[in-house]
This record gives sequence, structure tokens and C-alpha cells, in this order.
Amino acid sequence: MVVNSAKPTSVAVTKTPVRTNAPSVPELRPSMLEALMTAPTVYEVSNLDVFYGSYKAVRGVNMTIRKNQITAFIGPSGCGKTTVLRCLNRMNDLIPGARIEGKVLYHGVDLYAPDVSATEVRRRVGMVFQKPNPFPKSIYDNIAYGPRINGIRDRKKLDEIVERSLRSAALWDEVKDRLGTSALGMSGGQQQRLCIARTIAVEPEVVLMDEPCSALDPIATARIEELMRELKQKYTIVIVTHNMQQAARTSDCTAFYTAELDQAGERFGQLVEYDVTAKIFSNPSDTRTENYITGRFG
Amino acid sequence: MVMPQELARALELRPRRTWRTTKNTIMTGLLGGAVVVVAIPLVLVMISVFAKGGAILFAHFPKFLTADIPPTRVAGPGMGPAIIGTLMITGMATVIAVPLGVMGAIYLHEYGGQSKFAQLVRFMAMVMTGVPSIVMGLFIYIVWTLNFKLQGFGGALALACLMLPIVISASEQMLKLVPNGLREASYALGATKARTILTIVLPAASSGIVSGSLLAVARAAGETAPLLFTIGATRVLNTSLFHGDDTALSARIFENAKEAVASAQERGWGAALALVLLTFTLTVIARVITALATRRK
Amino acid sequence: MTTKPDLSGNRQLGDKAFGGLAIGAAALVLLILALIAITMTNRARPVLGHMGLDFFTSSKWSEHDNIFGALPFIWGTVYTAAIAVVLAVPVSIGVALFITQIAPPWLKRPLVYLIDLLAVVPSVVFGLWGVLMLAPHLNRSFLTAGIILAIMIVPIITSLAREVIETTAQSDKEAAYALGATRWEMINAAVIPHAKGGLVGAVMLGLGRAMGETIAAALVIGSSAQIALNPLKSGDSMPAVIANQWGEASDLQKSALIGLAVTLFAMTIIVNLVASRIVQRSMQKTRGA
Repeated sequence: MVVNSAKPTSVAVTKTPVRTNAPSVPELRPSMLEALMTAPTVYEVSNLDVFYGSYKAVRGVNMTIRKNQITAFIGPSGCGKTTVLRCLNRMNDLIPGARIEGKVLYHGVDLYAPDVSATEVRRRVGMVFQKPNPFPKSIYDNIAYGPRINGIRDRKKLDEIVERSLRSAALWDEVKDRLGTSALGMSGGQQQRLCIARTIAVEPEVVLMDEPCSALDPIATARIEELMRELKQKYTIVIVTHNMQQAARTSDCTAFYTAELDQAGERFGQLVEYDVTAKIFSNPSDTRTENYITGRFG
Repeated sequence: MVMPQELARALELRPRRTWRTTKNTIMTGLLGGAVVVVAIPLVLVMISVFAKGGAILFAHFPKFLTADIPPTRVAGPGMGPAIIGTLMITGMATVIAVPLGVMGAIYLHEYGGQSKFAQLVRFMAMVMTGVPSIVMGLFIYIVWTLNFKLQGFGGALALACLMLPIVISASEQMLKLVPNGLREASYALGATKARTILTIVLPAASSGIVSGSLLAVARAAGETAPLLFTIGATRVLNTSLFHGDDTALSARIFENAKEAVASAQERGWGAALALVLLTFTLTVIARVITALATRRK
Repeated sequence: MTTKPDLSGNRQLGDKAFGGLAIGAAALVLLILALIAITMTNRARPVLGHMGLDFFTSSKWSEHDNIFGALPFIWGTVYTAAIAVVLAVPVSIGVALFITQIAPPWLKRPLVYLIDLLAVVPSVVFGLWGVLMLAPHLNRSFLTAGIILAIMIVPIITSLAREVIETTAQSDKEAAYALGATRWEMINAAVIPHAKGGLVGAVMLGLGRAMGETIAAALVIGSSAQIALNPLKSGDSMPAVIANQWGEASDLQKSALIGLAVTLFAMTIIVNLVASRIVQRSMQKTRGA
């Protein structure tokens, strides 16, 4: 039935016949698998329910997210992927009536404890949004915004941070001569890379990405996926994506969500299966997962 | 395909003159006439203001703008104190009303949302825009002037009360136009609400807020009734808002309009021209700011 | 193993202070309105104590005899506002219809500017023109005041009417045209029925504005406290008499004038409330559909 694992179950991956429509996945060797499973825990999510007012929109999510990995949330629309993602940096606080039950532990700290400040959480957990949202300021000021909030005023330090962030986002060479121009003058793909640069300028530990490529063309998308692979060496990444192939290509672990109807006929989102990516895409435990990845629905 | 004439005629598709089409023409004419009817008084008033006012303002330029106001029966230019008075009193009213109004709008949009209190404030702000200016003037007379005597500042307070609800409404509209994605990006970087509002939201809404405020200032500059009870009257320049009687263009025009002597009346026209030029300039600047901002987007 | 991160926020003071300032500014609106109501009713009490309810029903107003009856001024306010509305409404709605339905695109913007220009001219300038240019021909009377007020409320009725008219569904208009209607017939069939409610609200807002307008009325109304139906007679209105008599008023007279202001306040608030409720409801109805 429903496999809700707190840890990805390990399976020796052999050359299992890949079902015809499932996206191909890089082969996972046992040593890599072990590394994946013993990496330190960053998030421990237990029995997470998310409410909008009295409506229980997401039910019973359990998962562990580990350091320096890319975790992908996949699934059809409206099944809670973004909702759960936004719980990880308390962005759901901004929605009136949103609340949770259950626990979201970040390095052992309950994120929703009353003495925890959402602002502090967000300094450690950054977010890149579906639609690029650069500030109507210069490229420089966009990147410098975060560091300035953290009290860095020295011009030289800011210059360093701006250059470093833009290099990490593979944007430096394109914009280094026009840092003072408005960020709104860039293409969509550049704007999104700017948003990524802006997010990592404050050196968060975790970078959450909410369908970052859905508004971009395939070339821009490919560049961002490349970026993600580089970034994961320094950061822990959780990405919501509609694009299964993207999840298969880039992520280490994958969580598959779906929407169900309860007895009252109300729709809610649910985590179906969470495992090492290779297993999800080659040998999923749940039929719903299998149906999704082979394209039978969704 | 173009229909040959004969075929068209056969199908009777040419426009026909019937009672219905005639009626349409008549009504169109009437509606156009309405526009003319509206334009007439505007044109007449503008002609009088520019002709009669120009006669004294430009003929005696710049003396009209700088000299003290002569006594009623004495002919000659001089509206300096009134011009300075209008600028100072309206300026002070702006300094009071705009920050308070913008903060109120910030509360309504960024904090209060649809809460009961916010809805109440929104409603009351709308009620407040309907308060007659004479009532505001008497109100300030009671709470301020009776305690602090006639002074320019009382007039500024009364004008500020008139401006406040307008600034709140206009600013709230501008805040609504700022895309929420910008706020989310700022919060996601760990900025507090106050910082997000001050460094991201307000700058993004600034052009709209400025032009809305300029329109409120133009309205205030033209108000007379609130000043009648609060600033007193004087003919010489008063550079302090807090000591002694003051005067303003609007109040001066009112006084001079009541006089039967030509000397006062012609100064009234001159003052009217000065006031009209001031309010028009403010309005034009506001529109230019809006146009520039929309073009940049 | 990493140490537990400190996620408590202790730099929140500035943030909270800002929020407090914001809510304070918003509360100011409530405070001012409450103060207006309280202080002015307070100051009006002497004359109400002196005259009782006769204040509202007596038509005699005499400083010498210390008798203050507000009726002529209530009448004057209502009558001049009514005249203004009767004159302004057909014109305003006509202009609004012209701008939205008939004017070609290149004409629309200048026409809107024309109306805006009318709105920007200060009322005292209209008053000056009225008393020096109009009154010599028409004499000071209810009618003259009504005309000046009409000119002043045209912009507000027009712009609100435009908003309401523009919410007419394109499909309704096209349905009329598809049946072979002329433009006027389409307006009659699709626009006017749809906009009726909102137009009523716009008219009432204009009425409220006309009732509260002081200066223009004060200059041309004639300042005679009489109740007359003949619009050519001169009369007085509440704001006008307050403006004109304040300067040399005795204490009791001042109280009476404040009493007039309170009455005016109450009347305009009621009219405005009813008006905005009507406008709101009509806007909602159309959006909901």
C-alpha cells in the first residue's frame, strides 16, 4: 500500500529492466548509495499535516532530507509538493490561515516552536521561486540585498560577495560589465540565475527551489540543472519539479506525491513514496508511483 | 469579395434613413452637446481668470508675487504674503498628512488585510473623504485654534485632515499593485516585514504614491473654508506658521470676491490665476510622474 | 555533529515598532472622526439647550434676538444641491456615455483631461467667477448657486459614471448590435440598464458633495434666510451662512453655527454612506456576473 519511509530503503541496484517510458537514470553504485544514506540529516519531517483554515490540505508526510543532496519532489499538480516545500522555510506563514501539525525538525530544532523566528529560519534556508522575481533594482543591489540585511556594509566585501555569487550562478561573465543596470533588463533564464545568485549570496545551508525552470526555455533549463549539480557540493537542495526527467537526471533522492480523496470527498495531498532516485525510477514500490513515472497518468 | 452595386441594392444592405437612425443621430448629437455644455463654463472661467488675472499678474510681474497686500480700497498689485502662506500652509499639511497616510495604507494592505479592524478603518477613511471642508475647519478651530490662537499651523492641521483619507486610499491602491513575488523574494532572504516594506515595497510603489499625494496637495491648496476659521487674516508677510495671523491665496480670493471695489476684485483675479497655475502645475507633475513610471514598465 | 542552530529572533524590536506605527496611523482616522463628532456636538450644546428642537424647525434666524432656527439653511442646502444635481446629472451622464461609447480613441484622452481640469480648478475660483461674472446677470439666488455647484460636481459624477459604464459586459453590447441595433439603441438596451444602480450611487455622491460645498455657494447664494420655492429668489445654505457670519458672531451665535455644521456633517455622511453602499453593490453585482 502506501510506503511512507523515513529513510530511503536501500536496495542493491542491479540491471533491472527499465520500463519503456520511465526516464533513464544514471546507474547507482553501492558505494554511492551508502554515501547517500549516511550523510548527516538536515530535516526530519514527521507526521506533517498542513491546514489552510480548517481544510487539511496535506496529510501525514514523513521524510528525512540529508546534507549536500538534491531531493526532488515530484507528482501531479495540486498534491502538496509546493506546500510541503514552503514548510521547510516557514513561507507558508505568509498565507493567512495556514498552519501545521506534526514536526519539522531542522538540525534537531523544531522550526515551528513558538520561540523560533521565521526570519532567522529564512536566513539559513533560501528559496528560488517559479517565476523569477528580481527586485526592480540593479543587478548589484539585488545580490547585495541579502548581505546588507545581515549587516555587511563594507563596499569591498559586498563587491566580493556579488562576484562570488554571480560566478557560482554561472552569470558573472555575462553581466560583469553591467552590474549597475536594472535586473529587469535580463532574459528570463538570466533573471532566474540572478535569483539563485541572490539566494546563495547569504550563504544559506539549504536552497529550496519551487519549479525554478518551469518558466524557462530548455537551454536555460539545462544551464540551471548544471548549476544545481555544482551547487549541491556546498548546499542542500530541495526542488519541486513537474519535470520527471529533470528529477531523474539531477536528484539523489525523490519524493513522489499524489492527490487523494478522503471519505468526505475532500482532496488532499500525500507523500506516496520517498526513496533514492535510482530506485524510484527503476523499481518503485508503489503502483501509483509506477503509473506516474511510466506516464500512465499525470 | 466586394459586392457589386446592383447586388447590394437588391439585398437592401445600404444604410437606410429611418426614424431609428435619425434618433441615433439626435442622441449622439445630444451626448456630444453635453460635452460642449461642460466645456463652456470651464472655458469661460479660464478666459476670465487668465485675462483679468493676467492683467494684474503679468503686467506687474514680479511685484504682484512679492509685494504685500495693499488695503482693500487701494489699487495696485501685491499678493506675496498669500502666495507664501499657501505654500507654507499647504507644505506643512503635506508633511503631516503624507507620511501618516502612507503608514495608514501600509497598515491596511501589509498588516491588516481583511481583518475587521482594517475593514473598519477603510470604511471610515471613505466616510472621512465626505466630510465637508467647513466641518474640518470648525473642528480644528475647536480643538486647536481656541487653545493656540490663530496661526498658519491650524490651517495646516485642517488641510492635513482633509488630505489624510485621500492619501490613504490612493496609497493603498498603489501598494496593491506591487507584485507579491517581490515581497516573497525579500522574506525568503530573511528580511523582516518592516525592512521588506521600506526597501522593496515602498520604492516599487513610490511613483504612484507620489503622484497620488501631489493630487491631494493640489486639492488642499485650493481649499478655503478650513482656513477661514484657523489662520486669521493679514496683509503682510508672516514667515512663521506658529505666531500670528497668516493668509493664503484661497482665503484672499474669497475675501476679495466679496468686495465691491475694483481694486480688490482685480487682485482677486490675480490671486485666482496664481492659485490656478499652482494647482495645474502640481496636477501636471503628478500626471507626468505616472506616465514616466508606466513607460518604464 | 553540528551544534543546534539558534533560531530565536531577538532583532525584532524595530520590526514591531514599525508595525505599531502603522496601526497607529490607521487608528488616527477613527480617532479624528470620533473627535469631530464629540467636540462639535459638545460646542453645539449651548444653542441646543437654548432653542431645543426648535433649532431644527424654526425658520427665524436673528442674532439680535438670540433666536436661531436652522430651517432656512437646511432648506437652502438641500434645495441648491437638488438644483445642482438636476443640472449636473444629465450633463455628466451624457459626457460619460459620450466618452465611453461614442468618442473615437484619439478623442477619449483629451476629454478625460478636460473633465480632470474641471475637477482641479479650486472651488473658490468658481465662486469668484460666479459672483463677479455670473451674478450681475442672474442675481444671487438659489439658481445661481445651483449652477455653480453643478459645474463643480460634474467631474465627480462623470468619472464615477464612466467607471460604472465601463463594467458593462462586452457580450451584452455585442448582443444588441448583432440584433441590428443602432448605437443609441445599444446604449439603451445594454449599457443603461446595467449601469443604473451605479449611476444612482454616482448621483448621490455628487449630491453629498454639493451639499458640503461652502465657498462657491457662500458667494452667490444671496445670504437671505428665507425659505422659497422660487429658484430665482435668494437664500442661504448651511455652509454659506457659517462662512459668512462667523467673523462677527457672538458666542451663542457661534454655537448655533457649529450646530449647523453638525447638522450638515450628519446629513452629508448619511448621503455618502447610502451612495457608496449603492455603488459598491452595483460594482459587485457586475463583477460577480
